[in-house]
Amino acid sequence: MNQPASAYFISEEKPEIIRTTLAVIVKNEPGVLGRVVGLFSARGYNIESLTVAETDHAKHTSRITIVTSGTSATLAQIKAQLNRIVPVKRVIDFHGDSDALSRELALIKVAGKGDDRVESLRLADAFKAKVLDAGLEHFTFELTGSSKKLDDFISMMKPLGLVEVSRTGVATIRRGKGKV
Amino acid sequence: MSSSKNKSANDKLIGTEISGAEIIVNALREQGVDTIFGYPGGAVLPIYDALYQQDYITHVLVRHEQGASHMAEGYARSTGKCGTVLVTSGPGVTNAITGIVDALLDSIPMVVLCGQVPTHLIGTDAFQEADTTGLTRSAAKHNYLVKSVDDLEGIIHEAYHIATTGRPGPVVIDIPKDVQFGKTIFKGKNSYKDFEYDPITEPYMPAIKMAIDLLAKAKKPVIYTGGGIINAGKEASEALREFVKITNFPITSTLMGLGAYPASGKNWLGMLGMHGSYEANLTMHDCDVMLCIGARFDDRVTGRLDAFSPNSKKIHIDIEPSSINKNVQVDIGIVADAGIATKALVEEWKNHKGKRPNLEPWWNEINGWRARNSFGYKNSDDIIIPQFAIERLYELTKDRETYITTEVGLHQMWAAQHYHFEEPNRWMTSGGLGTMGYGLPAAVGVQKAHPDALVIDIAGDASVQMTMQEISCAIQYNLPVKIFIMNNEWMGMVRQWQQLLHGERYSHSYSHSLPDFVKMAEAFGCLGLRIDKPSELDAKIKEMIDYDGPVIVDCRVSKIENCFPMIPSGKAHNDMLMPDDLGDIGSVITDAGKKLV
Ligand SMILES: Cc1ncc(C[n+]2csc(CCOP(=O)(O)OP(=O)(O)O)c2C)c(N)n1
Repeated sequence: MNQPASAYFISEEKPEIIRTTLAVIVKNEPGVLGRVVGLFSARGYNIESLTVAETDHAKHTSRITIVTSGTSATLAQIKAQLNRIVPVKRVIDFHGDSDALSRELALIKVAGKGDDRVESLRLADAFKAKVLDAGLEHFTFELTGSSKKLDDFISMMKPLGLVEVSRTGVATIRRGKGKV
Repeated sequence: MSSSKNKSANDKLIGTEISGAEIIVNALREQGVDTIFGYPGGAVLPIYDALYQQDYITHVLVRHEQGASHMAEGYARSTGKCGTVLVTSGPGVTNAITGIVDALLDSIPMVVLCGQVPTHLIGTDAFQEADTTGLTRSAAKHNYLVKSVDDLEGIIHEAYHIATTGRPGPVVIDIPKDVQFGKTIFKGKNSYKDFEYDPITEPYMPAIKMAIDLLAKAKKPVIYTGGGIINAGKEASEALREFVKITNFPITSTLMGLGAYPASGKNWLGMLGMHGSYEANLTMHDCDVMLCIGARFDDRVTGRLDAFSPNSKKIHIDIEPSSINKNVQVDIGIVADAGIATKALVEEWKNHKGKRPNLEPWWNEINGWRARNSFGYKNSDDIIIPQFAIERLYELTKDRETYITTEVGLHQMWAAQHYHFEEPNRWMTSGGLGTMGYGLPAAVGVQKAHPDALVIDIAGDASVQMTMQEISCAIQYNLPVKIFIMNNEWMGMVRQWQQLLHGERYSHSYSHSLPDFVKMAEAFGCLGLRIDKPSELDAKIKEMIDYDGPVIVDCRVSKIENCFPMIPSGKAHNDMLMPDDLGDIGSVITDAGKKLV
């Protein structure tokens, strides 16, 4: 049984850590993001990435997408605790959902000359990154894809003169015509 | 005051333009609020002005805003209604926060109205500006900053709805001064009905059936209840009593749940947990099916988690989904109102056919544990033993309508062990937060709601000094609370831990420079009594009861008495310290255990 550690039991064993993406549908009112983020810090949960924007202006709803990780018991608590927040309308967990589509966007600046410069452009082409801005000694690429693809591209750019990265965090939606 | 009278008077206002402050007073009135505990200041003066011009709502002027929030807790806990607090911006709010968090942890319904600097000054570090919604975000169940007077009426009604439904708790409304002055059309409570917040109260019936199947087969069942049963109202306690009667199961409860099942009931095992009874903790440890209703497997209850009731199937009924599987994984989790679910259990048990195990062997085992008499103590002819003082207090007050509040410490645990509660809502204590200073103001709040009842704060000499000044409030409003200080000249509970865990190094736990409590009582203008000898107890307690007004009793008790049984940190339910184990106390607690709270 996967019991969480308590103040009375300092556990040595390390239960399996699972990563998941949660979509949190909230009433778009002042402070709601603070409540969600505050919950994670108050209870010691991880946030790996977080994105938020209004998704339905007429209904005042926003969608917060959070990538988090923890044991299965912790993840169940995270969802239950999120549901306690009054303006939270729904929490959708995409863990193990093979129909979940996840995308992230990154803007990546690389500076260099000669072979490095050519190589970075060649790789960008292979990754289907767009050139947003270019100069004689730099490129700024726009890349969309899974977080893993972005990670891979960024690590390849490192030796080629990586200067700066800006990432949006993950957005997730389910395949098919239905609504979550 | 009848709500129909309230309503008809308010009806005349509907459709007219009134100020934010008037909206507050009238919306509270429609909510059935008869009492506000508060303290004025610049940012709430318009509300005080509106209060001055009406006579439906009584305002109790506290001496410190922490007192207001604890009084509202006492009022709420003893009546089942929502408590209401009114404080000014900045320090008014920060002072009230302790009581707000206390209410959050103990699930007490409360609405806290706070003044705020005018909207255009928010964010400028204006005089007495504090970020109230930021400060109370994790302190309250929910909070609001009212940005427009047009939103005010709806927010007030929604706040009472949220505070009183689901797992009850405190809701804070931060109201800028310009919003209090602003004018808008008053719509009346009936215009605000459909709230998005709509917690589940009805149990999922197939789960109730599964629970009954499991319980009907149990050879060693136990029922473990908590504050949720009390919060669910008198009917929930009645359903619980019926369920115990028809099943003949043993029953224990948390500190917060005392009184839901009567202490005189034959199936009662006493409180469980760190200072619970031997029989309650061993029954929990050895049971094969555990039914938990409205309790939350708090660490003070479970002890060492991996050794908590290792061989049982567990059923957990709670109104708050996040309470289920939070600390302990259960086999059947049921989200529901404790009362509705318990009634469903009663019905299902009655319908359930089939042979049931004989519980006699289990009861024989339990009665063996009972025979240890784990709350026993050695009495004395010369020194007042604290447990004996509480026993006398119980004997001399049990036939009256008596409400008990406590502070936090050894006296609190002894009160839970030795004062026997027959009814719900008679016992008010700070369980989750463990707030010293809770008991005296809570008693004032209880007395305000029950003017003719006997209300006693069983106090410690250290705790009582934290909110002592509220005795002045009790005197102002003729609230005859009795403050029974179990004066051991120590922060006794701290001293006990230092004795057991820190090599008898009594670091800063002696109550130095104690005031003369009798003279202090006189200085405040109430009666002060001192009890030095066991032989004086009865007469002085009677004098305390008979005095028509607040009393402070300085009951000088043994300075060295410890509270047992005790499950030391890091230990399991079947590893309790009993008073007779005292010999090798140092070796009983592991190094890992010493690090824990
Ligand atoms: C506000 C607050 N501060 C500190 C504590 C820690 N604490 C718990 S019990 C206790 C001692 C209480 O002493 P007293 O009121 O004299 O009661 P006794 O244990 O002697 O009965 C302390 C300091 C607390 N519970 N609350």
